[in-house]
Amino acid sequence: MLRRTLAKGAIGLTTAAMVAGRPAAAQGAPVEIQFWHGLTQPLGGMLEQVAAGFNESQQRYRVNASYRGGYSETMVAAIAAFRANNAPHIVQMFEVGTATMMAASRATKPVWELLQQTGVKIDFEDVLAGVRGYYSLPDGRMASMPFNSSTSVSFYNKDAFRKAGLDPEAFPRTWPAVAEAARKLKAAGIATPMTTSWPTWLMVEQFSAIHDIPLATKGNGFGGLDAELAINNPVLARHLQNLIDWHKEGLFRYGGRDNAADGLLPAGECAITFASSGTRARILREAKFDWGTAMLPYYDDVPKAPLNSIIGGASLWAMNKGPSGGRSEEEWKGVAEFFAWLAKPDVAAKWHMDTGYLPLTRSGYEQVKASGFYKQNVGADVPIEQMLRGGGVLTENSRGVRLGGFPEIRNIIQEEMERAFQGQQDAKALLENATRRGNVVLRNFERANRA
Amino acid sequence: MRKAVIFKGKLLPLLLMLPQLVITGIFFFWPAGQAIWSSLLREDAFGLNRSFVGLENFAEVVADPTWRDAAANTALFSFSVAVLALAAALLLAVQADKAIRGSGAYKTLLIWPYAVAPAIAAVLWLFLFHPQIGLIGRALNAAQLAWDYRLNGGQAMTLVIIASAWKQVSYNFIFFLAGLQSIPRAVLEAASIDGARPMRRFWTIIFPLLSPTSFFLLTVNLVYAFFDTFGVIHALTQGGPAKATETLIYKVYVDGVENLNLGASAAQSVILMAIVIAVTAAQFRLIERKVHY
Repeated sequence: MLRRTLAKGAIGLTTAAMVAGRPAAAQGAPVEIQFWHGLTQPLGGMLEQVAAGFNESQQRYRVNASYRGGYSETMVAAIAAFRANNAPHIVQMFEVGTATMMAASRATKPVWELLQQTGVKIDFEDVLAGVRGYYSLPDGRMASMPFNSSTSVSFYNKDAFRKAGLDPEAFPRTWPAVAEAARKLKAAGIATPMTTSWPTWLMVEQFSAIHDIPLATKGNGFGGLDAELAINNPVLARHLQNLIDWHKEGLFRYGGRDNAADGLLPAGECAITFASSGTRARILREAKFDWGTAMLPYYDDVPKAPLNSIIGGASLWAMNKGPSGGRSEEEWKGVAEFFAWLAKPDVAAKWHMDTGYLPLTRSGYEQVKASGFYKQNVGADVPIEQMLRGGGVLTENSRGVRLGGFPEIRNIIQEEMERAFQGQQDAKALLENATRRGNVVLRNFERANRA
Repeated sequence: MRKAVIFKGKLLPLLLMLPQLVITGIFFFWPAGQAIWSSLLREDAFGLNRSFVGLENFAEVVADPTWRDAAANTALFSFSVAVLALAAALLLAVQADKAIRGSGAYKTLLIWPYAVAPAIAAVLWLFLFHPQIGLIGRALNAAQLAWDYRLNGGQAMTLVIIASAWKQVSYNFIFFLAGLQSIPRAVLEAASIDGARPMRRFWTIIFPLLSPTSFFLLTVNLVYAFFDTFGVIHALTQGGPAKATETLIYKVYVDGVENLNLGASAAQSVILMAIVIAVTAAQFRLIERKVHY
């Protein structure tokens, strides 16, 4: 207690010294806010324009948005900078890094606390439940600022569907029907009809949420660091075994880790793909055929399916400068004002329409819908509708995932999938091995983060 | 009896050595010390919680089956890269050393790949062997040979070996060429007069006289395959599929930078450091004596 007071006093003194040492700050030179992001072009440029819009709207703060490599590089850069007492004010963190950031409580300032401290107001009640849930504490307070959220959907080649005698306007709803369609597509001359991007996110995480089965104990890890993987269950085993069998049959092609398979549909090599809703922009640009967007398939004999899908993408975290704190009130205020700017309905709506990421709020969605945007951009509303599938009421299994070391666990599952697709193991062994290796990661994370 | 030359005074020699000592200290001893220290700790990514765990990280690394797999991969990978790069370079050097028209141009062209950065070399090979966009990759698939290094571990390993070896051939080529040119013509001519045919001349004269060069290159190639091939693996396979091309150095990166498991990563790099020290010591102590100079 005494130590904390002393520390606060020290911070107060340094702040006072800094303000005194920089009289220019009081006289109107803007407060610099460093914002590190991990978006490549063209999305990165759009993000920098959002920051530029904020800078033009007022004179007190200046947000410098800079690209620091992909999501994982940005994460590593921010952590290294924090250790060197030079962290950015704001860092964009991919959704799987959420648990890591949350566990490092002295490194970040949760958004709820930031808003309380600075008196800035953002209404989170209206934010899409699936987005809000992913980035909030178990009691509902926001930990980070949702920014670019995506979900995943099916994209398919309508021309190929016509050629195979399938109805191009009705994408099959269930997995068995998708397999049937793939067989017809193969018969019509498409060598490997179906593929997937983000194998773990799509075929394990999304699949579990949609079918209302747990990915991990403790409510997918929301309830504590002592969660264990629960992926070794019959529903998931059945689906992965199907994928392995379809791979053998030539209906499904493993296109590589993460987003490596993104190019297969636009190149015309596959007729069906499951990918991030953000892939829309690329397909729009590259595909030279008629294509469609549909919701992810499910097994209709699983009782509660289909529920809402979960999100991917990233959120923004307010960071301390280093292990000893070191941010002035003015800097925190600037961060909060910038977050509030991002939540403004017109800023958020423009971001959604330009990029294809999910709209932040429900009312924002209604507003864009009323403007007729989705009539001109058919399929752009499928991701949002899918987020609201199952009535928009989240269960413990469909609100998201919060596991420490989750990037590593994702890779472990991808590696075990690769073993299975090479014919070295079946779905049961895949899930057993992934569970065993994944739990080691969880235990290590738990140990390293226990005070 | 040898007479040792002894300089008086300590200041000047120390002063002259200082730049080198400072550089070694900052760029080797300090980070190496840090690595040893972190290998004894268990901490979270941000360095907020840390506890001393002794040698526990080492015990975990050695007991980890994925680390053992990586060690086996490294052995196979390094050996293959070294043999392939040395054999190809020797063949090319012997051919380029002959009196042929335009040998200068050949020599220049053969040295070029050395100037290519490992990651760029990998991208060049990717353009050749990618199953969808690669020239050769497409041809293989069109010929009904199922080529997909992203899913077939054996193919992935073959590809990173070839790409890494190709990168090193130029370096070996320069040294072999220099070695060949330092072999006295008179010896070769004498052998010719005695009736030795080219193959026999090569195996009985050229090859033994090249052994110091070969031995030096073997060490350099092994170290190259151990440490400098990170860029090739990172750009081509990221250690996949299913860890089939994950070498020890790549695993250090994956565990430390991607998985933010600093203690385990530091322990692995300390083990690597011990391996390199052992290899270098063995080179000087044991093998170098047996090489014919």
